[in-house]
Amino acid sequence: MSEYVIRVEELVKKYGDLVAVDHISFTVRPGEVFGFLGPNGAGKTTTINILCTLTRPTAGRASIADLDVVRQQSQVRRLIGLVFQDPSLDERLNGLQNMRFHGMVYGVPGPVREERIEQLLRMMELWDKRHIQVRNYSGGMKRRLELARGLLHHPRVLFLDEPTLGLDPQTRNRMWEYILELRRQEGTTIFLTTHYMDEAEKADRIGVIDYGKIIAMDTPEKLKRMVGRDIISLKADDADRAVEEIRLRYKIEARRDGDGLNFEVPNGEEFLPVFLKEFNAKILGVSMRHPSLDDVFLKLTGREIREQEVSDTFKELVRQHGRHMRRR
Amino acid sequence: MNHLRGIYTIWYRDILRFWHDRMRLLSSITFPLLFLFVFGTGLSTRMGAIGSGFDFTQFIYPGIIGMTVLMSSFMSGVSVVWDREFGFLKEVLVAPISRASVAAGKALGAATIALLQGVIMLILAPLIGIHLSLGTILALLPLMFLLAASLGSMGVLLATRIRSMEAFQATMQMLMFPMVFLSGAFFPIEGLPAWMNVLVKINPATYGVAPIRQVVLGATADSTYNISLLGHTLTIWNEVAIMAAFGAVMIVLAIWSFRYQE
Repeated sequence: MSEYVIRVEELVKKYGDLVAVDHISFTVRPGEVFGFLGPNGAGKTTTINILCTLTRPTAGRASIADLDVVRQQSQVRRLIGLVFQDPSLDERLNGLQNMRFHGMVYGVPGPVREERIEQLLRMMELWDKRHIQVRNYSGGMKRRLELARGLLHHPRVLFLDEPTLGLDPQTRNRMWEYILELRRQEGTTIFLTTHYMDEAEKADRIGVIDYGKIIAMDTPEKLKRMVGRDIISLKADDADRAVEEIRLRYKIEARRDGDGLNFEVPNGEEFLPVFLKEFNAKILGVSMRHPSLDDVFLKLTGREIREQEVSDTFKELVRQHGRHMRRR
Repeated sequence: MNHLRGIYTIWYRDILRFWHDRMRLLSSITFPLLFLFVFGTGLSTRMGAIGSGFDFTQFIYPGIIGMTVLMSSFMSGVSVVWDREFGFLKEVLVAPISRASVAAGKALGAATIALLQGVIMLILAPLIGIHLSLGTILALLPLMFLLAASLGSMGVLLATRIRSMEAFQATMQMLMFPMVFLSGAFFPIEGLPAWMNVLVKINPATYGVAPIRQVVLGATADSTYNISLLGHTLTIWNEVAIMAAFGAVMIVLAIWSFRYQE
């Protein structure tokens, strides 16, 4: 077992003239939550499909736990779990049958399978609904079932492609509690793509991909620091005196904003305790805001991540359809 | 071992789905029943005995068993298209089972369901005055299964190449009806015009229907039920061998095609 559980080297995928993935390289350590961010059509799903053996790369190499995703497909498949962007349940079967099918296909022995199925379905609050046909499940229930299913064979790497798209915040939180708990217990590596920035925050490291290339890769903290500085908002008894003191003490020009004032510092977390201890003017209230991953995304790709959620999903659909036509 | 588990699981799911959808069983035998009782009865009164003293309804009965099995198994290929459309195929394709066992499991599932429908058709025998002994029934099971497995494989093969449900259904009908009509299910295949004779003889379904008729109506030397090919009268074993060869080619092609689909 090497140091990395996912290793991608100079990976390329072309569809005709379209370069979906353009010489990307990265590694993921065991137990890491790796977030893969990018506009739709940037190459996220293509990369996931290559890693989980569904698509053959045009060039380059990728491996899961030192197993090549092209030459050792079936060994790779045994180690990975997937929750797809699009539903992949058998709607004509009930929840329990979907789980059993998965357990059987992955060769989980009977008694262990049944035990885990109950445990997982209870955790996802689907146990009472296990005899209901999946087509009668709500969108949130389907997603939870898919997640439960993806975890049934205790994968070493769990791929989550937009796992919580369209879920209500409560369900999203519960799913994440479980995913992180699983990582703690089993050391599962999690490979995630998402549009939700609060979700991306849960990643240990984030890779930003655009036009098939990786344009940034770091911890969320460092990515945000790279983009901008922390914003400190202050309410003081005497705002003018406070501005004056900030100018003298830190050589920073604070901006008046209503009855408060704002100023930026490189590292707010370290700055704030010192500031509070040594600042003389009377402080009524203070708050600090990190630049968000939205800001990071905007700066790196020149696009807002959210506004294109719908329109680009549509464009992507059209494009994939076009691909199908061409391939035929 | 791994392959067997894969085949079994895929087969099991299709049976389970079928079981959930038992009404399909009823609707799927409506068409053969109409053929047998309406078409058969209507024409029987106009036609005399065909072959060794069987009326038209009795003559087409084994043909309709064959038709039921053929149509059901062939159409089951739609489940592959269906799975692709509804995303479930992805769950299957990332699972640690080989593409070969998925294709084989699908074909077997189709064959099993078709066989079940064939068996239901057998129950009707007394209604049209045909006695089936236990021996006859035991001989029919493998014959029906062979036809079902071959056509089931052909259905899977087609489904791996055709992506849309509409196109699949259109292609299916385009192939299925000529296969049924030119299989000798509804008329004796001796003394046909030359062009039709050629079409009947190159139709694989002919070699699936003929043995069923020979077993149901009694395998005499009566040339009405026998197939002569290139001047030779085929034995039931010859026909079975031809059907088996066709089935083998279909399953190999289906597996190959399944493996190389994107």
